[in-house]
Amino acid sequence: MAAVLDKPRTVAPGRRAAKRRFKRPTVGAVVVYVAAAALAVLWLLPLLWALSTSLKPETEASLGQDIHWIPQDWSLEGYRTLFERGDHLTWMINSTIVSTIVTVLTLVLCVLAAYGFSRFDFPAKNVIFGAIIAGLMVPGQALIIPLFDLVNDLRLSGTYWGLALPQVVAPVMVFILKRFFDAIPRDYEEAAKLDGAGHLRVLVSVIVPLSGPIMAAVGIFTFIGSWNNFLWPLLVATDPSMMTLPVGLGVVSGGYGLFYAQNMAAAVLGALPLLVVFLIFQKQIVNGVAGVGLK
Amino acid sequence: MTVKTEAPAAAPAAVPRPPTAPNPKRRSWTGLWFVLPFAAFYALFLVYPTFLGLFYSFTDKSLTGRPASWVGLDNWAEALGDERAWDALWNTAVFTLYSTPPLVVLAIVLALLVNRARRIGWFLRMAFFAPFVVPVSVVTMIWIWIYQPTGGLLNHYLQLLGLQDPAAPTIWLQGETTAMWSVVITTVWWTLGFNFLLYLAALQTIDPNVYEAASIDGAGWWRQTAHLTLPLLKRTTGLVVVLQLIASLRIFDQMYLMTAGGPNRATEVAIHYIYIAGFEGYRIGYASALSYVLFVLILVVSIVQFRLFSRKEA
Repeated sequence: MAAVLDKPRTVAPGRRAAKRRFKRPTVGAVVVYVAAAALAVLWLLPLLWALSTSLKPETEASLGQDIHWIPQDWSLEGYRTLFERGDHLTWMINSTIVSTIVTVLTLVLCVLAAYGFSRFDFPAKNVIFGAIIAGLMVPGQALIIPLFDLVNDLRLSGTYWGLALPQVVAPVMVFILKRFFDAIPRDYEEAAKLDGAGHLRVLVSVIVPLSGPIMAAVGIFTFIGSWNNFLWPLLVATDPSMMTLPVGLGVVSGGYGLFYAQNMAAAVLGALPLLVVFLIFQKQIVNGVAGVGLK
Repeated sequence: MTVKTEAPAAAPAAVPRPPTAPNPKRRSWTGLWFVLPFAAFYALFLVYPTFLGLFYSFTDKSLTGRPASWVGLDNWAEALGDERAWDALWNTAVFTLYSTPPLVVLAIVLALLVNRARRIGWFLRMAFFAPFVVPVSVVTMIWIWIYQPTGGLLNHYLQLLGLQDPAAPTIWLQGETTAMWSVVITTVWWTLGFNFLLYLAALQTIDPNVYEAASIDGAGWWRQTAHLTLPLLKRTTGLVVVLQLIASLRIFDQMYLMTAGGPNRATEVAIHYIYIAGFEGYRIGYASALSYVLFVLILVVSIVQFRLFSRKEA
């Protein structure tokens, strides 16, 4: 009995390992690779089409022309007219300012709050934490009417602060950071406290350095979310000089009419900043999304 | 009967476990100072507007700034009888119904493919997720052009494949029946990457030994997928579906930019109508009542999500 059971156990691992080493591509694997690659290329086509069009002169880009994926006549005309108009750069700067304010404030406020919830006991702690968790279920879009009124009353309408501040409230980030802080062993802090460091000092010099990846994920997601926010800036920034990139492109550039090369140049430049951020931080972003599902 | 008696018996067992037991902390005000800045923001920009909106829904407050007066349940009664509001809710539901299945099924299919084609995994991940980080207006600019009836990329290739008569090109965004589908297709292209990554992450945590055992039993890839992988993805699917429902109920940006609610209000969705009532009709009070209807709908879905999440924690 024992011998019978033993035999396959000792033989199989070796055979399997050998199989793995000399694996030749099967028909199934080839089909999978081809199908996956074809779908991926198909998925990229709209972006490639925008890029290709932006590099054509207006005459070649306009409707009714034959469709060429490679421009017959390479031209930066679209980009040049776009920069002569100037507003694209303004929107890009506005978006950068607003998203930076949102990201920095979110990180500072959420890290402080998460640390407070993770390491201290204080009056009404559970009530406050419960209220913040309940906020996870409140859809921001359903609050636009009273929020707009509030921002008007605070005389922040049409300012960077009016654009940024209402986007800062992110209960989910407090939740994520608190869970991460909870898992950090307290021994590290004890050592720092013995050296005479205060609570804030401990947070900045012990906890924050240990939380690099999670803070990167929170920061990147906040930045992307804020950069791509459309509805709120649409309401608050009615003056073209205060618009963020998505609103400017959607509301003003939509009126460029039939200048397709210019239109697509705007699209390419509009997509570029976050695509670069994505390519640089691909690992953090992928892990961040994965974290949502695995928790 | 037995099930019912079991529940209360189990509950007390969970209660005496104090959350701070392993590390007794002294109760002090210090922690509050750390929490206070966030709590202040939270109270001002989330809690206060939530109640302010509820209050406004009982008034005739206007964007013009004239003094508001209490109108009781008038706004709510009007909302319930407002055909345009019901149409907007219906359109939101239709969009949700059309977009959720492809956003879930395609995400699984792509994740299964990428999970098997790991050598080019980085490229596939990039290709499928890249659209997700592109701002909505860029997405709509590109797709509006692709959808152009004459000279647009889509009709060009449909005609090339013989699927469309060049003399009668499909009017995508301006057709009452096609407009919704067009926005759905664009949305799938734009947001699929997120669900895809959720599934991919779930797939990569499945213990390979599970498959080893199955293949020793002689189960092929199809049977393994149907009987092992898909059941193991059930939780992820629950999460994806609920997140998707919440996102779809909030649809506004793409619709506003691609069809502006047209043609003939065929794609006017809930948030768009709230926007119209509040910012074009100046009726803050009425728009607040409409918001609250949507708010409650999303809240119901969110509670389901919350329960899914907390079950996972347990």
